[in-house]
Amino acid sequence: MTTTDARTSGRKPAQLVDMNWDPITRIIGNLGIYTKIDFANREVVECHSTSSLFRGYSVFMKGKDPRDAGFITSRICGICGDNHTTCSNYAQQMAYGVKPPKLAEHITNLGEAAEYIFDHTIFQDNLVFVDFCEAMVKATNPGVLARAERTDAPRGDVHGYRTIAEIMKAFNPFEGEVYKEALKVSRITREMFCLMEGRHVHPSTLYPGGVGTMPQPSVFTDYLSRLMRVIDFVKKAVAMNDDVFDFFYEALPGYEEVGKRRILLGCWGAFQNPDVVDYRYATMNEWGKAMYVTPGIVVDGKLVTNNLVDINLGLRIMLGSSFYEDWVNEDPFVTHDPLGNPIDMRHPWNQTTVPVPQKRDFQGNYSWVMSPRWYHPDTGEHLALDTGGGPLARLWSTALSGLVDTPYVKATGGGIRITLPKGEKLPETTLEWRIPKWSNTLERDRARPYFIAYAAAMALQFLEEAMGMLQSGDTKVFENFEVPDESIGCGFHEAVRGVLSHHLVIRDKKIANYHPYPPTPWNASPRDIYGTPGPYEDAVMGQPIFEENGPDDFKGVDIMRTVRSFDPCLPCGVHMYMGKGKTLSTVHSPTYGANHG
Amino acid sequence: MTTQSGTTEARADAPEGFDEITILWISEGMSCDGDTVSLTAAGQPSIEDVVLGLIPGLPRVNLVNKVLSPSLGGEDFLAPYRKAARGELEPFILVIEGSIPNQNIIEGDGYWTSFGNDPATGEPQTLNWWIDQLAPRAWAVVAAGTCATFGGIHAMAGNPTGCMGLADYLGWEFKARSGLPVVNVPGCPIQPENFMETLVWVLQHAAGTAPPPPLDHMLRPQWLFGKTVHEGCDRAAYYEQADFAKDYNSPKCQVKVGCWGPVVNCNVPKRGWMSGIGGCPNVGGICIGCTMPSFPDAFMPFMDEPPGGTLSSMVIKPYGAVIRRLRGITNDMVNHEPRWRHNKQKLTSGYNPHWRA
Repeated sequence: MTTTDARTSGRKPAQLVDMNWDPITRIIGNLGIYTKIDFANREVVECHSTSSLFRGYSVFMKGKDPRDAGFITSRICGICGDNHTTCSNYAQQMAYGVKPPKLAEHITNLGEAAEYIFDHTIFQDNLVFVDFCEAMVKATNPGVLARAERTDAPRGDVHGYRTIAEIMKAFNPFEGEVYKEALKVSRITREMFCLMEGRHVHPSTLYPGGVGTMPQPSVFTDYLSRLMRVIDFVKKAVAMNDDVFDFFYEALPGYEEVGKRRILLGCWGAFQNPDVVDYRYATMNEWGKAMYVTPGIVVDGKLVTNNLVDINLGLRIMLGSSFYEDWVNEDPFVTHDPLGNPIDMRHPWNQTTVPVPQKRDFQGNYSWVMSPRWYHPDTGEHLALDTGGGPLARLWSTALSGLVDTPYVKATGGGIRITLPKGEKLPETTLEWRIPKWSNTLERDRARPYFIAYAAAMALQFLEEAMGMLQSGDTKVFENFEVPDESIGCGFHEAVRGVLSHHLVIRDKKIANYHPYPPTPWNASPRDIYGTPGPYEDAVMGQPIFEENGPDDFKGVDIMRTVRSFDPCLPCGVHMYMGKGKTLSTVHSPTYGANHG
Repeated sequence: MTTQSGTTEARADAPEGFDEITILWISEGMSCDGDTVSLTAAGQPSIEDVVLGLIPGLPRVNLVNKVLSPSLGGEDFLAPYRKAARGELEPFILVIEGSIPNQNIIEGDGYWTSFGNDPATGEPQTLNWWIDQLAPRAWAVVAAGTCATFGGIHAMAGNPTGCMGLADYLGWEFKARSGLPVVNVPGCPIQPENFMETLVWVLQHAAGTAPPPPLDHMLRPQWLFGKTVHEGCDRAAYYEQADFAKDYNSPKCQVKVGCWGPVVNCNVPKRGWMSGIGGCPNVGGICIGCTMPSFPDAFMPFMDEPPGGTLSSMVIKPYGAVIRRLRGITNDMVNHEPRWRHNKQKLTSGYNPHWRA
């Protein structure tokens, strides 16, 4: 650990300490967070996020049969691979001009709903909440734990815990009651997933053109009975989370500043409406708005657009701090979209990945994640959108659009109303998620259980519709197609942790270019060519430190809470990296991070 | 160090066992962490059962895994790995997840994937360095998933990293301290119970309560990978009757729409994916050979009929067609009740109270 007496910031003289966490635990993939912390003024003054993993999907997919793309891209991610397969099939369906039968859409939606329920549950309760559990709070904020022991839990009638500390205790890893129950729930929900998509995490029954899942009554019955077994757990989870997060605001005044950044949220939409979607680019705005999670870009709390065509046209993959050569001088693959709009050289359709191996230098290039940005045509800004970890952007975008109006889920403009049916112990429950004041750590985390409820509620509707089709004898789940010689396609979907788009170019019936853009490059991106930091960096930088430990036994729990609130999933973050280590460093700059411990 | 396990009496023919062992899991191969996630799906037994000591005959297990670690990360999390690399942590089982990159194709001091930093330089520490340090000191080495066993997806044609499986890297003749070779549990991802069952067997062996697990020539557990997908598939009867699906709408054998089940070593159709639910061809998903050493290249394009399927399905046609028709006739016959079940005034069942044999 190096301590440097640096500039005074007009407050107390700064006491700067380099702190790094590499690897970050309880996330998927390989992430390092490097910070400078001013212990005198208790705030993080600098943050860099970096990942070191190269696999090269965009490279080895070139020249392969495009129908293989869904099977291959699933392997990008080990927790939400099915989101990739689904998104890839969306892109392929556009490229092949095929629309799957309606029942296939229901089955896919049911599979994806189960994935959201499973993935958010295991991530929130078994990974995120360890940062809020009794053992962790005791080690980082003993004062807060003492207060939690004295604080009654307002929603105890729902979840059954008397005090806030009792809830925290229930989340202690491997021993707490809820921690263990969540693991069991994550298995039941994965069984639901397997009923629809065959296996987890890399699905076996999803194809471009439909599914191979056999639409028999038992498949839907088995799914429904499992869903009803976990429905009360979902209600309890929302109540427990609300209690703990409300308590944090109260026990640590100013905690809203932790992980707070400008409201810049992106959502690419989820759950196709089988009655509307035809996968044609020309009608993409219509079927995009008919999705049961509405796509949208939210800037400073206002909806900028909910048109998928606008969203697509604004995508820009920027460099600036990543180890790549620019591709702007290469030949473009796509100059205009099917509607005649010009396509930028920095659009994923035109991306060529040229790695430039080099040393990690936090003053220069330091990450193998590129910097996706969204070009705002009205202001000319390249916005570093984040996904709010997924749920926050999905709920916010859907709420503002006010288009979703189903028997179980209704967007109200100011929020989302979700109705869950009666369960084993708890009655029919209507939950209301309201648009929060901030885009910050606690609100990202709070949105997650609400989205679990959202997905569970939507699953009930998909089940009813699927069963109705089955009972009327409509059992077609796959539509045949031909792979064209030349075509382009794009797919928009929500991976569990946020925006996901796949961009595909076919030439001579083979993949000429394929670029998936999952949520993590958006969230984990480094500073771009304009110096704009990525969302993790931006959210951590300037955040206050509430942990009671000093530099010597500092755990960094506030920082970790912020990073984890985005639900990092680094395998998706890096498609292409070729780095060089170095034999021996000269005296390395403190920004390399001291290796404490 | 080698005290007897506290939970069970050591068997006479087994080595003296450990009563405590650490599992050091590294998913920083080129992986998607899907095998770790799959591990959490296992219920028979579950990982928490193993960690909490609910399985008889096992040593006490300290699991160190990035995804599940309660630690905040960084050096705090890396401490046991560093200890093991210094030779100060024994015994431990090393689990590797992800493909192993080829360092030798890099000019200079490059690296493909890293795990923490080198304390001396602050530069990322390569996965290969960790394997070189830990594998020779490990009591057992387990490769979780097809990437770690054989290279998998990231090792497909046209890959720029030259990656491979763990046994390719360490040498197929490698032996861990226990005398066990690399234990390969392929699957993309691992079938949750297949992995846990293997791990439990290795742990029982460590406790001295079981002999070493039986492995085949590719170092896979024999009892899991000794049969083909087709041999456990409930659509195989359609194949025998030469009754093939023409697209994915059909519940019949998928060999003509891309299924490689007849030649792939895997038990998933028989076992299902979780608690007997799901799977691949048994539930309408073509087998793409994801457990195999030649995955994925030998099986691409996945949705086309395997070359061998053309011949074998042609050969079976005349036999299958005849058999199917004959069975159809018999099936129709056995779908009729016998004539004596009626409501008339006469019993026609052949009943005779004075009948003697």
